[in-house]
Amino acid sequence: MEDIKKLIQRVGYPRLIIGGFLLILCIFAAVLSIPMPALISDILTRFGMNGILVLAMVPAIQAGVGLNFALPLGIVCGLVGALVSIEFELAGFAGLIVSILIAIPLATIVGYFYGLMLNRIKGQEMTVGNYVGFSAVSGMCIFWLLAPFKSPELIWAVGGSGLRVTVSLESSIGYVLDNFLTFNIAGIQIPTGLLLFFALCCLVVWIFGRTKSGVIMRAAGANEKFATATGINVNKQRVIGVILSTVLGAIGIIVYSQSFGFLQLYNAPLYSAMPAVAAVLIGGASINKVKISHVIVGTFLFQALLVVSLPVLNVLAEGNMSEVIRTIVQNGIIIYALTRKTGGEVA
Amino acid sequence: MTTEYLLQIKNIVKDYSGNRVLKGVNINIKPGEIHGLVGENGAGKSTLMNILFGMPVIHNTGGYEGDIIIDGKVANPKTPREAMDLGIGMVHQEFMLIPGFTVTENIKLNREITKSNVISRVLGPKLETLDFKSMRKDSREALDKLGMDLDEREIVEGLPVGFMQFIEIAREIDKDNLKLLVFDEPTAVLAESEADTFLKVVKKLSDLGIAILFISHRLDEIIEVTDNITVLRDGEVVSYLKTKEANVNQIAELMVGRKLDNVNTIKKAREIENKDDYILELKNVSVDMPGERVKGLNLKVRRGEILGIGGLGGQGKIGIANGIMGLYKTTGEIIKDGKKLPLNQPKEVLDAGIAFVTEDRRGVGLLLENSIEENIAISALQIKDRFIKKLAGMNIMAKKEIREYALKMIEELDIRCTGPRQLTGQLSGGNQQKVCIARALTLEPDIIMVSEPTRGIDVGAKKIVLDLLKKLNEELGMTVIITSSELAELRSISDRIAIIFEGKLEGILEPDASDVDFGLMMAGEYGKGEVS
Repeated sequence: MEDIKKLIQRVGYPRLIIGGFLLILCIFAAVLSIPMPALISDILTRFGMNGILVLAMVPAIQAGVGLNFALPLGIVCGLVGALVSIEFELAGFAGLIVSILIAIPLATIVGYFYGLMLNRIKGQEMTVGNYVGFSAVSGMCIFWLLAPFKSPELIWAVGGSGLRVTVSLESSIGYVLDNFLTFNIAGIQIPTGLLLFFALCCLVVWIFGRTKSGVIMRAAGANEKFATATGINVNKQRVIGVILSTVLGAIGIIVYSQSFGFLQLYNAPLYSAMPAVAAVLIGGASINKVKISHVIVGTFLFQALLVVSLPVLNVLAEGNMSEVIRTIVQNGIIIYALTRKTGGEVA
Repeated sequence: MTTEYLLQIKNIVKDYSGNRVLKGVNINIKPGEIHGLVGENGAGKSTLMNILFGMPVIHNTGGYEGDIIIDGKVANPKTPREAMDLGIGMVHQEFMLIPGFTVTENIKLNREITKSNVISRVLGPKLETLDFKSMRKDSREALDKLGMDLDEREIVEGLPVGFMQFIEIAREIDKDNLKLLVFDEPTAVLAESEADTFLKVVKKLSDLGIAILFISHRLDEIIEVTDNITVLRDGEVVSYLKTKEANVNQIAELMVGRKLDNVNTIKKAREIENKDDYILELKNVSVDMPGERVKGLNLKVRRGEILGIGGLGGQGKIGIANGIMGLYKTTGEIIKDGKKLPLNQPKEVLDAGIAFVTEDRRGVGLLLENSIEENIAISALQIKDRFIKKLAGMNIMAKKEIREYALKMIEELDIRCTGPRQLTGQLSGGNQQKVCIARALTLEPDIIMVSEPTRGIDVGAKKIVLDLLKKLNEELGMTVIITSSELAELRSISDRIAIIFEGKLEGILEPDASDVDFGLMMAGEYGKGEVS
């Protein structure tokens, strides 16, 4: 009995509830004879494509700025990177790498200034971040219209200036990671490249956490007064955290898009931070403590829930029920996590 | 049953989780009496006042034994509201006034006089109109009683502090049933002239038949204004005096007392070889630390000594070490080994070989959600690049090295834990303190500054911590600056003790100096005594 209690404590109620919910959905799926291999392939792909966006939450939390609700800042940088590589008619891995190489410096600059701003509004990072994200997306709508891209792939089919709402990546970087070393086992398509790339990013963030810079950044995030007394420049560490988070956001959207097959511009990134925030919280992170394992577990549970609930609920209930359920779960989890003791001590 | 006493405090005993802070306190106060209550920090004054006011903190920690008797009836208030209904009033150290309201509104807050109107007749008394005219009249009367020439329609914001204090008093005396008024350090925030007026007002109040319980660290004031004095020490009433028969020296001695037990023996004076070899000099240092301001301090620290810094709470002793570290805004000059230290830059100070163990263990001293080993290693990692190995051009934390070092420290300092991976938030106070000291030692400093090292830790751990500091000093020649509210502790380990009063150095004493001298210095009376 004691052991069970301990296990429950270790795993945590949110994960048990979501996991239980997922299990019930899976049983329903089996009963309704929805093809399982297709579902599992779907889960793996969505897991890989969203993973890095969720991973982007990690440096921000570690540096003490909380959940990065301004993820769209990184995302628009990533989109610009991808657009430029398409403009130059790059495709395949060359296109992917160039996109990322262009996106990283952009995201660094944006993250730097955003970090400076956050240092002036300590304690309200998440509220302000949300609106910074919204504003950036809206501001970029103007940019998408005015940007001097010429490639017919990118601009409206009728010609003139301005980018399309969705840009197909079929002829450029679409599915390059998904199809890399992909294989089929028992009807399940494994997106090997995608999963490897996500694992690589996790590894890099994990290693960074073990370097001197990483340790100090985490100390600054864990206790600002302690860090100051230890001679750590807390503001600088926060900026580093925000930059890393923004860069990961940029890389994340490129990986997401190549797997999705389209670049989504204009208002698409508006709420893109929410699923990432929800996933990392489901995984067990709080607004001041996070581990890589939280990212992996959270992304898996959250995406699996979406993938399985869609067909099941569509069969059970007519219409758009799955979307409604998804929104309730996603926002419910965010509320749950934010109302937990914030910045507290575990005494 | 009737008695001549208005308030009787009978045999009050109070434990805070096994730690007995009041051990059978008795105090009797007659109507119209001004009764002084003095004692060092931690003597139990605030706990006693909390009991008198039925503060929730008392009842949340298991209540108390004994009785509060008012007018011969057992009262034992359980909430501040009950205490107020019994006629007990309190003037707080920090003002509880709403700045944007007028004087009248503040005085009458939550006791407004109202008239009924059409709406209130329908929707209830909450919506009655305020009767400003009679409210002003009442406020005027209260202010007049205090001899205050202040327009009752004025907004409180921007008034001098002295006035705010009087408005608080006016609010209390405006309550019709007021019988006993408690002043907790009332003159601490007042300028001298304001304090004089204030003391006159206190006398006036007692003429009105209100009993007054007067808590103050300023002994001259106590002598001047009170009728009787109770001296508290370590939760016991050590003396009850008639003010006429008391003098400042006597009270000072009673307050400090000599607390000899196996932990606290007074240290023998020790020969320091080079008396003029100063490792650290402070010149006109001011530190803007709220509640513990340092205002132009001059102090020299000898190489290889243990310097104690003492003084009463709020006088600025805590601010000194925090100022040297640069954690609060500091001005003046700090010179270490002949070189000026940059101000307000903690990293430079750490680089210069000064380590600091903070008084705020849980807030500043530890990463509570990190392991013991990380807590011990992080300062040295940041400042000295210790515990780092190169791996493919990256500075990676050397986990193995840290683990070995942490195990060594755990053994040496006898940190009781389940292992180096345990989170520091789960440790007891004494063991947390040892982790803090271990971290400071890892920096291999020349000077270690320790603030309130034994606050909130048990007697056994206290001895270990103090012995450790002594050992560091004797064996490694480290200069130790220890700041503490417990004088007995300072006297047991320091070579010299600097007493801080009102943000300045009042004087330096040998540990075996007399209790009178310590008492006088802590009350800021030392210099005055010499003059007269």
